[in-house]
Amino acid sequence: MRKHTTAAALAAVSALTLAACSSATPGETGGEDGGDAAESIKIGIKYDQPGLGLQEGSDFTGFDVDVARYVAAELGYAEDQIEFVETVSANRETALQNGDVDMIFATYSINDERKALVDFAGPYFVAGQDFLVKADDDSIEGPEDLEGKNLCSVTGSTSAQKIKDEYASGVELVEQPGYAECMTALESGTVDAVTTDDIILAGLAANQADPSAFKVVGNPFSEENYGVGLPKGSDQCEAINEAITKMIDDGTWEQLITANTEGTGYEFNAELNPPEPAACA
Amino acid sequence: MGDYLSGLWEVLQKYDALGAFWVNIQLTFWAGLLALALGTVLAVMRISPIASLRLAGAAYVNVVRNTPLTIIMASMVLVITFQLGLKLSPNLNESGFRFAVVGLAIYHAAFFCEAIRSGVNTVPLGQAEAARAIGLPFADSARLIILPQAFRGAVAPLGSTLIALMKNSTVAAAASVATETASVMKVAIELSPDYLYAIFAAFAIGWLILVIPVGLLTTWLSQRLAVKR
Repeated sequence: MRKHTTAAALAAVSALTLAACSSATPGETGGEDGGDAAESIKIGIKYDQPGLGLQEGSDFTGFDVDVARYVAAELGYAEDQIEFVETVSANRETALQNGDVDMIFATYSINDERKALVDFAGPYFVAGQDFLVKADDDSIEGPEDLEGKNLCSVTGSTSAQKIKDEYASGVELVEQPGYAECMTALESGTVDAVTTDDIILAGLAANQADPSAFKVVGNPFSEENYGVGLPKGSDQCEAINEAITKMIDDGTWEQLITANTEGTGYEFNAELNPPEPAACA
Repeated sequence: MGDYLSGLWEVLQKYDALGAFWVNIQLTFWAGLLALALGTVLAVMRISPIASLRLAGAAYVNVVRNTPLTIIMASMVLVITFQLGLKLSPNLNESGFRFAVVGLAIYHAAFFCEAIRSGVNTVPLGQAEAARAIGLPFADSARLIILPQAFRGAVAPLGSTLIALMKNSTVAAAASVATETASVMKVAIELSPDYLYAIFAAFAIGWLILVIPVGLLTTWLSQRLAVKR
């Protein structure tokens, strides 16, 4: 009896294997014929940044995600061919170098240290470091008003580093593991302001139960060019820049920003936005 | 190679890697002191002849030991500081540091207690009986007879707990202590991604330098101090 079962199992397994082989072959040829269209694209995004890249159940929302979808569509990928992958700030370069992702839309500021390791397309948005305060607080209008205030930022963020380097005297910088903790502290009044890029702040406020309880000060004091991270030597930079230019020209860009910061009264810095994508390396 | 190493050295200095290790040492020192005191009290409760004290001690150990450390640490800041508004210092960062010490101490007291209790088990029953026979009440027999021998027998497990505490002090990041090694390493990697592996290696070596001597010392002490029977 046992022998029979084993034989039957073996037969079943080999049948499955054969089936797998035969079905794989046409799939592969299909891929070659159809070119890019049959393959999927892996896009690195943030999973925890409301308004930019946020995982909500099985869906992803935010400005970065929307831009990524638009660009991927322009590159010839259908919605179901996009595979979103989480790329936290500290491993964005590694993810590109190892081929874990094909491109990154994750509040990725273009700078020289990063350019040495990866390529950038874009920028598709120019953010600036700013403050988020309670809506009824008029005491902070810029970095010079921080004397004696408690300020919250995320451990290891460039924003926290900038405050330490340039505005450290007189201000008490509290570093938290994430922005959610900063928002809790701001809401309860333990800290007076949260600082990071303006669009991230707007996204955080938009995600609160009552977005109108907070306001972005609107006096950005840095310039962060959000680019599309690509592996070194990628040939897609030009195509992505074209897609970004098209997105800005047809009005989608502005629509997406408005939709993702709804209810916060946030206005992007019109002097620097929308940006002109830089020439590819 | 020389350029690379001097570049790495610059990165480590820029983010004050040595200072970060010092923060972890301070966290370990204060939390260790508090946890040892609390753990001793708990151990005495757990071996005492009073049932309600034994029950309370056992309840503390089992509840705290089975709660993840990160949850204790995060609640120190998110619940106690932010929601309830309690601070241990008017300065928020100083308050965060002290809450991190308290959180670490609360958690590790359970383990220190069990280490001491294991030391109590090395003391022969005859010692307690002899103490009773000469008329010592529980408090005196614990203080004069049992605990001194128990501590000497518990050096090795206490050392293991201390090493665990040392490494767990990196969880202080969850209590918003941003200057300790785990946070500093994350910052250094994010802002100087070209030194990724070297930064990891440097911090790992730093920890080895910190932890190995503690292990060697406690092993040596446990042999030297053990009661020869």
